[in-house]
Amino acid sequence: MSQAITAGQKWWSGGKSPYNVEYGKLMMWFFLMSDAFTFGAFLISYGTIRFSSNSWPNPNEVFRSFPGVKGEMPIPLAFVSLMTFILIMSSVTMVMAVAAGHNNDRKGVMKWMAWTILGGLAFLSCQAWEWTHLHSEGAWWGANPFLNIDGTQSSTNFTNFFFTITGFHGFHVFSGVIINIIMLIMTWKGSFDRKGHYLMIEKAGLYWHFVDLVWVFVFTCFYLL
Amino acid sequence: MSNDVSLHGHSEVAASHNAHHEEHGVHHHKEAFITKYVFSQDHKMICKQFIITGMIWAILGGLMSVLFRLQLGYPDTSFPILEDIFGKWAQGGKIKPEFYYALVTMHGTVLVFFVLTGGLSGTFANFLIPLQVGARDMASPFLNMLSYWFFFMASVVILSSLFVQTGPASGGWTVYPPLSALGDASQGSKAGIDLWITGMALFVVSSLLGGLNYITTILNMRTKGMSMTRLPLTIWAILFTAILGVLSFPVLLSGLILLLFDRHAGTSFYLSDIFISSTQKALPNEGGSAILFQHLFWFLGHPEVYIIILPAMGLVSEVLSVNSRKPVFGYMAMVGSLFAITILAFLVWAHHMFITGLNPFLGSVFVLLTLLIAVPSAIKVFNWLTTLWKGNIRFTPAMLFAIGFVSLFISGGLTGIFLGNSTLDIALHDTYFVVAHFHIVMGVSAFFGMFAGVYHWFPKMYGRYLNNTMGYIHFWVTLIGAYLIFWPMHYEGLAGMPRRYMDYSGWVSFRQFGDLNRFISTVAMVVFAVQLMFVFNFFYSIFKGRRVTNQNPWGAATMEWTTPIRPGHGNWPGEIPEVHRWAYDYAKDGREFIPQTEPVSGNESKH
Repeated sequence: MSQAITAGQKWWSGGKSPYNVEYGKLMMWFFLMSDAFTFGAFLISYGTIRFSSNSWPNPNEVFRSFPGVKGEMPIPLAFVSLMTFILIMSSVTMVMAVAAGHNNDRKGVMKWMAWTILGGLAFLSCQAWEWTHLHSEGAWWGANPFLNIDGTQSSTNFTNFFFTITGFHGFHVFSGVIINIIMLIMTWKGSFDRKGHYLMIEKAGLYWHFVDLVWVFVFTCFYLL
Repeated sequence: MSNDVSLHGHSEVAASHNAHHEEHGVHHHKEAFITKYVFSQDHKMICKQFIITGMIWAILGGLMSVLFRLQLGYPDTSFPILEDIFGKWAQGGKIKPEFYYALVTMHGTVLVFFVLTGGLSGTFANFLIPLQVGARDMASPFLNMLSYWFFFMASVVILSSLFVQTGPASGGWTVYPPLSALGDASQGSKAGIDLWITGMALFVVSSLLGGLNYITTILNMRTKGMSMTRLPLTIWAILFTAILGVLSFPVLLSGLILLLFDRHAGTSFYLSDIFISSTQKALPNEGGSAILFQHLFWFLGHPEVYIIILPAMGLVSEVLSVNSRKPVFGYMAMVGSLFAITILAFLVWAHHMFITGLNPFLGSVFVLLTLLIAVPSAIKVFNWLTTLWKGNIRFTPAMLFAIGFVSLFISGGLTGIFLGNSTLDIALHDTYFVVAHFHIVMGVSAFFGMFAGVYHWFPKMYGRYLNNTMGYIHFWVTLIGAYLIFWPMHYEGLAGMPRRYMDYSGWVSFRQFGDLNRFISTVAMVVFAVQLMFVFNFFYSIFKGRRVTNQNPWGAATMEWTTPIRPGHGNWPGEIPEVHRWAYDYAKDGREFIPQTEPVSGNESKH
């Protein structure tokens, strides 16, 4: 620790940030809390509707396709596992970008941001493929070709919630990719070197990790449960 | 390792941020009209933009109530002028049912969101936070500007919905599906609802940008010595309001997105087993739940009433203390009760749904939680009364409105105890008792808090005073009028008279209230006229009001009165003063008040 914090430091007495956090980062945290409530409301709505339904389609049956593989895969959820892996890896590269930023390493930040953007785009492409595939099977908002697990006719709410919530998440990933591209350009132009710090990368990173974390919940609710 | 590097980085950022603002304070460059008055990033100008937009909305929303009160008071009379203005909506000079519902819906939407949320929080949070915590401006002046312009866009969208051919949203401000989800179900469920949803989505963005700014400014930008417990209660109230908004509005947004899909994408989130009589069609939707929407809506809707009332409470606490020339009674209890209300606000939403088919056991849990709110509310009321107790009261118009607020909050709060009981609610729901309750406790009360704030801080906003005589007339007519309007409604409600009917003359049980309704309508029109007088006073005084010559005209201890009479962008010309004491050192050691910026001397008595 190069900068020890003295025990008597009065963090809340004004004149300084109580958490020693720049305002933009604090704002990002509160924004993420707000966004968590948006997703929370969606997922809880999904939960209540599913809970009040007699039966529900089995995700292990629905999600069995893989690009380039004819027919069904021998194992379920292979493709979505790949998607999830890609997104989590993009979080890892984001961590590397933030770490490079702490060392004011412009080259490093650019390299790792580029990987993160690539990961985000790969995830979005996977989602586009999955949506197209499901659509080709006749699934869309208001249309559900999949039977319930007990063989009965299913309501359309399985696909309704799937497309709405994964779509909303995809929209967040898309926004994140745009933000990351802006960050990359700003790094490339040397904006952060002039400022003397790479805090913006850290804030973009917070958002990116949040989007990743939300995916874990979305993934659990739609593919695993 | 990474942690202390980032700590280092942050302190630099904070320093450069301050330096940037410092520049603003020092040399005052001439600003172009567009950056000074239109796309301004000065919190004081944004406050004025909010209050004036809010006033326009208040006039429109009030005018709507005058129109439907005209219908309720004179159901048999025709007013040809209405047809001249509204055309087919008032054919033959009589308001059509669709128009009546549209008026009621938009009256609620406009006043709840655009006046008492956007107008009230937008005005006073923007104005008071930097001035009272001792900051040059908001944490992010740019996002603050965006917050206003999103509010403006939301206003434009909602306003335009009044002009579409099928009329604005008309299913109530709560836009319950299935009515709001099905265009075939009513005129107002066509384009009107789409515009309503779009407008509200923009409003949520505005409130989020504003709220994030309010929270971060209060936490991060306080001047040296301004610890949290030295903050004036206005700031505490605004902080909790902002937290409520940031956490509850997104849930409304989710609910509205699902509603939009139900309307246009053939989904069944809220729809199941529906037959529409107008088209004689059974809908294919199944599996949805209309009650789900009510949960999502009221998860916002209930915190929303605290978003409305908390800032008013903060303003009133401040005005009462300043004009009683006494410290506010029980400062920490005031903060604690604000906190308790904030927590409870998230736990009581289902009391709006006692009779929608909620499990009775769940209902009883919500009864308990709802009645718990009486505890912090009562703490606040007793503290206001004890602040007044033996005070050296100055009856300025602001003070009168603050006292009026306490009176109304007690009157309206007591009926809340009736309605919070699910058993009584079986009889009282959907009657005029409910209308009377919420209008007094959050409608008129919040308006009184806002008026107290406007009269008190107008000299700081414009460097001139509002006219006192008009202020006194405004107060007395509004207070007496509010009671004359809403007091009889309790009586009508207890007699079973339902809400949302445009004509009661067909019922023997309610026909007897014809005269009473006419009386209420007459008073409503008088009160509305007096509000127009206030608006006149406001604009007249901006240009012609008595000039403020004293930097601290009310003798208040808080920081905003240490700025110049007409502060520039940056608020304080030199360094921001340091704070040495709490905000309520009144009548201490033989002195009338001691400003927060005055150092504590050695022989001062402890408070």
